[in-house]
Amino acid sequence: MSLSDFLQQAISRWMKDGGPQDDIILSSRIRIARNLQDLPFPILQTDVHADQVIQEVQKALASSAVAKLGEFEFARCRDMSQLDRYVLVEKHLISKDLAEQVRHGALALRKDEVMSIMVNEEDHLRIQVIMPGLRLNEAWQLANAMDDALEQQMPYAFDDNLGYLTACPTNVGTGIRASVMMHLPGLVISGHINRMLSAVSQVGLTVRGLHGEGSEAAGNIFQVSNQVTLGESEEEIINNLTSVVHQLIDHERSARRLLLQQNRELLEDRVCRSFGLLAYARQMDSKETLQRLSDVRLGIDLGIIKGVSAGILQELMVMTQPAFLQKYYGQELSPGERDLRRAALVRERLRLDTEVR
Amino acid sequence: MLCQKCHERQATVHLKKIISGEETEYHLCEQCATEQGDFIAQAMQAFDFNHLLSGLLNMEAAPGYPAQAPAALRCDVCGMTYQQFTQVGRFGCPHCYESFASRLDPLLRRIQSSTSHTGKVPRRAGEQVKRRRHLEQLRKQLNHAVATEQYEEAARLRDEIRQLEQMSEN
Ligand SMILES: [Zn+2]
Ligand SMILES: [Zn+2]
Repeated sequence: MSLSDFLQQAISRWMKDGGPQDDIILSSRIRIARNLQDLPFPILQTDVHADQVIQEVQKALASSAVAKLGEFEFARCRDMSQLDRYVLVEKHLISKDLAEQVRHGALALRKDEVMSIMVNEEDHLRIQVIMPGLRLNEAWQLANAMDDALEQQMPYAFDDNLGYLTACPTNVGTGIRASVMMHLPGLVISGHINRMLSAVSQVGLTVRGLHGEGSEAAGNIFQVSNQVTLGESEEEIINNLTSVVHQLIDHERSARRLLLQQNRELLEDRVCRSFGLLAYARQMDSKETLQRLSDVRLGIDLGIIKGVSAGILQELMVMTQPAFLQKYYGQELSPGERDLRRAALVRERLRLDTEVR
Repeated sequence: MLCQKCHERQATVHLKKIISGEETEYHLCEQCATEQGDFIAQAMQAFDFNHLLSGLLNMEAAPGYPAQAPAALRCDVCGMTYQQFTQVGRFGCPHCYESFASRLDPLLRRIQSSTSHTGKVPRRAGEQVKRRRHLEQLRKQLNHAVATEQYEEAARLRDEIRQLEQMSEN
């Protein structure tokens, strides 16, 4: 299979479609935790309990209310290969926890991969919606509609006072985790990132690097999400997160502007050097790949590099990870072999764009 | 020394983890350490969280809190003990919230912004909640009617309660 055919099939919507503020916001995600009444949480589940939850979900998926929300594929984790489960983790469609719940876990995935329902992860149900760009409200509307449709078919564990009951007390109440994946190279290069991040963590939000922490975060990619789930409504949680994200966007934009004004040559050199390495290197580990991709993406956003699609960061950030590489090359690869194949895949992907030019 | 994971590159990252007195050493190359970083960070987070949680739960010993939870405090639906909850940081079933209600307030106050839900209410459970509240109200009125010898009113209330109870059984 050619790379462009493989990409057609392997790439989720959040990795290719654009969205509001998509020069900085890679994706928006809403995840809500729900549990069924009168059944133990997955931590104490027997095989019988797990099957019961799975049957309820399958029944609900067949209902007309759910059918209105799109076409879903359903599979138990034990019926998927380990490699396929990890590919889904790398695409951010399921959690690592679910991939490891081989016996009891299951997954319903909408065909366009915008929405997934994780079954028997930490909670009975985790409804997840992931969209490109800053679209928390839209993502919440969709997750909320799925929640309503499922609830018609199966009664949830809900307490008058505490709200939706979850396995972990950090999720009780709304059960919602709203998060935004941000690319913040300007703040990292200019050295303001740690100050920004500590400010953000003081307003009830959590920030973590997607791969590593703080200024060490490879690829300069950060995930910002709400910490509290009880005592605030879903709308308040989303509005609070959105307003902080807008402030971060403003700071990132002005950091980028300043870099261009004051250090243009240095910046151009950094960006083009990284492009050259990605285009010609023969082996590269995942950390360096992410770092170079981040530089190139910054170059695209600032107009220094032309003719390369902006989605290359999201695409290659996912595709150069271990499971995805092994899926593409159709064989098991040792870490050393992966470094070789990773560089080859990146070169091939860059050529796809430059051929068009 | 070669990397423990890939057995190919030189190990340049050396980690020592001590969890509950048990020591584990890792010797990894930089690449494997990066790939493993997520896992280690997650494990550390889980550990920190549970540690934090048990720390919070032990705060209960401070004055002003109700006396220490009895060792026998246990959820009568799933069988999880309060002791186990403080160790794993996860409840066993939805009923645990009720079983451990007397201990939860200080915990929720620390990890959440308040102790009562103000967000979405599920349609179906919402109706049940409303019906239950309505029934409680009617029963109170019935008691009052009986106590004040308003027998006609009491009969009417009794019928209404019966009807509602039948509805919720269906
Ligand atoms: Zn290694
Ligand atoms: Zn329980």
